[in-house]
Amino acid sequence: MSDVTMRVWRGDANGGQFEDYTVTQQEGEVVLDVIHRIQATDAPDLACRWNCKAGKCGSCAAEINGKPRLMCMTRMDQLPEGPVTITPMKTFPIIRDLVTDVSFNYAQAEKVPALLPPPMPADGYRMFQQDVERGQEFRKCIECFMCQDVCHVIRDHEDNKQYYAGPRFFIRYAELEMHPLDTNDRRDLIREEMGLGYCNITKCCTEVCPEHIKITDNAIIPLKERVVDAQYDPVAWLGRKIRRKTKRSAEEAAVQPAP
Amino acid sequence: MEINSPYEHHDYDVLVIGAGGAGLRAVIEAKQQGLKVGLITKSLLGKAHTVMAEGGMAAAMGNVYPEDNWMVHFRDTMRGGKMLNNYRMAELHAKEAPDRVLELEQWGALFDRTKDGKILQRDFGGHRYARLAHVGDRTGLELIRTLQQKVVSMGTDVFMECKVLRLVHDQDGKVAGCVAYWRATGEFVTFSARSVILATGGVGKSWKFTSNSWEGTGDGHAMALWAGAELIDMECIQFHPTGMVWPLSVRGILVTEGVRGDGGILKNSDGERFMFKYVADMFRAETAESPEEADRWYDDHTAGRRPPELLPRDEVARAINSEVKAGRGSPHGGVYLDIASRRTPEFIRRRLPSMYHQFMELAGVDITREMMEIGPTCHYIMGGVKVDADTAATAVPGLFAAGEVAGGMHGANRLGGNSLSDLIVFGRRAGMGAAEYVQGGNGATGFNLDEVEAAVKEALEPFERETGENPYDIQRDLQEMMQANVGIIRTGSEIDEAIKQLEVFEERVSNIKVKGGRQYNPGWNLATDLPSMITVSKCTARGAQQRKESRGGHTREDFPKADPEFGKINFAHSMPNSTGWKSEITTVESPLLTLPEELKALLEEGK
Repeated sequence: MSDVTMRVWRGDANGGQFEDYTVTQQEGEVVLDVIHRIQATDAPDLACRWNCKAGKCGSCAAEINGKPRLMCMTRMDQLPEGPVTITPMKTFPIIRDLVTDVSFNYAQAEKVPALLPPPMPADGYRMFQQDVERGQEFRKCIECFMCQDVCHVIRDHEDNKQYYAGPRFFIRYAELEMHPLDTNDRRDLIREEMGLGYCNITKCCTEVCPEHIKITDNAIIPLKERVVDAQYDPVAWLGRKIRRKTKRSAEEAAVQPAP
Repeated sequence: MEINSPYEHHDYDVLVIGAGGAGLRAVIEAKQQGLKVGLITKSLLGKAHTVMAEGGMAAAMGNVYPEDNWMVHFRDTMRGGKMLNNYRMAELHAKEAPDRVLELEQWGALFDRTKDGKILQRDFGGHRYARLAHVGDRTGLELIRTLQQKVVSMGTDVFMECKVLRLVHDQDGKVAGCVAYWRATGEFVTFSARSVILATGGVGKSWKFTSNSWEGTGDGHAMALWAGAELIDMECIQFHPTGMVWPLSVRGILVTEGVRGDGGILKNSDGERFMFKYVADMFRAETAESPEEADRWYDDHTAGRRPPELLPRDEVARAINSEVKAGRGSPHGGVYLDIASRRTPEFIRRRLPSMYHQFMELAGVDITREMMEIGPTCHYIMGGVKVDADTAATAVPGLFAAGEVAGGMHGANRLGGNSLSDLIVFGRRAGMGAAEYVQGGNGATGFNLDEVEAAVKEALEPFERETGENPYDIQRDLQEMMQANVGIIRTGSEIDEAIKQLEVFEERVSNIKVKGGRQYNPGWNLATDLPSMITVSKCTARGAQQRKESRGGHTREDFPKADPEFGKINFAHSMPNSTGWKSEITTVESPLLTLPEELKALLEEGK
């Protein structure tokens, strides 16, 4: 098979440049295979993240020819002719080469008030398939963070990160809010601190999701409706004034006695 | 405790190494006991190999079959393990798995449901009743995410992309913490702790064809051995006979037996359907004699006997192995699995939809038109650190182990679905064991900085050499060598060759030259993995050499039958005078625990 040029961004927080590696293509390769071949030969210090190499762990996200993709799920023979450009995810600070500092996402995860179910009956909870299916869709998320990478609210506006949880966490909040057992109320938090209102439904997140989760339609839009109803529906407003649920911190909400 | 570490330093009551299912569950337990807990992972949180598990977690909840109970599950597990199991682990596992699965729902897991709203359970090989709680084919992801979210919500200190190099002792020989380095910066970091729990997973990366990720380098197995613990059953490794060997993008992906059940046949490079040559006498009566007879069976099981492609796993593997070694293998060291020439594209797409899509999407391999190149693929190690079943304690005070890194639970062979439940049952027990140890005032009281300095010096040597080998070359050669000599089917002379070769690899590892700097350098990281890989491979080879029988995940061509005498012992490896990773390994016979009468009676039932 023919040779292909891999144009890989190399560098760190202080800057960097593209380096070209010419490799002979082999049949049925994905981008990650080629990166591994470059590591094993020309550049053993080329930094990239990967774990399962089967599209299940979400570690190897990068931008291939400018688009966020999982390197393990992108076939070489489906890329257009010419050099293949590989750059790290743009939204997150560079650590080195293709590895970025994704700690923003882990910090957001710490802010999520946990599920707060009623005490479990001795033989377990009862839930029905149609009720768990909504949450199951969101729990397919492999945390590749490509939806965060592509979301223009934070991709182009670093400052917004302090006000905005991002699509990955909107599906997490949607999952919890739609959970059949949950008694925690996160609506004010989502509106006031997680920046749901910044999302203007361009669906970029849905387009890049490798798990084909309908992030915008099934999570963000219903979540917006729920949050807005709570805020502006006068009956709901009055109800909340009279019997306001107390918001629990993630830590408080999580402490449940072991069964 | 006053420790003058020259590096960034942290102190914990309980330090957990590894953030897969077992490590995360251990953290939850130790924190619930009120202890200060630190969690170290060499990847990002939530990426551990646990995410790969598909089928489910086995627990005798009886939601689908009310007649299921722990006793049946115990019996299935012991039989599956060819009775080499630590019976007490199998017993605790069977008894406790249902509660461990149920509590996951308090923490947010959403399992598939039965019609009456309970957790749905599915059938799996070796389990008498349908007992695998599951979420479609992504149960491992659900498990890790649930535990991860619980651990995060509890406010846990998590050290991500932090690679542990060595365990550190105190002056009394108790385990007192570890020395590690940050992958992002290459800077060293030390952790002192009253107790350490190893939950580092498996070893599969030492084989060429493996379903394991880069992380499966046996770090925990090796560090435990170096620190004074014992490893058992290291020869017992689960290989799947039909994993993809080519193209690279799908190498290691397992091809379900369903392909053969639906008409797929095995061919060598001459195009010969070779399985007919490998029907052992004991299967002759029930196996077809000719392709014509076999082909009648698929449509009507009374019109012919079973095709030889559906012989037991080890028989199929042995045949593939023989063809490859006779020079009739495929270009990449496997054989061909052909369903394309046997069934219509519509049939294949209908019967094997996810396989069809997976191979099409990842490799452009159209299984309705092309043959697959498959071979035996390393999947799971049953062997591991010898532990006390109730507390997960190892032979070294202060050191605990749970999950794939621990040995004994699965005996010589693991049943599908028992690994996820193993993680949550023994992860919790390790957390309890460590907490009890610490609360009893037994924890380490010092921290040997000499051990830290020795590990740091060794880790930096690859940068200081003027010349030396590329670690990737050594890894590739090691994988080829282990696949060829200590693979799915073993024979005395090949194992001896492996043991000799491993000495050479040890020298090669001592002569690595790393390119580049310390900041997120995968070549350097591999250089620090290789000592573990060599140590673990040595133990596997030594166990394989001494177990002169075939049992579960250990098959000897030269000793094809199980020998009852070997059924009474584990082979235990230790490093009695450890001064570094290259110290001498000692291997002894270690008798199995004696089964109590009431459990023995259970095993006799329904035989």
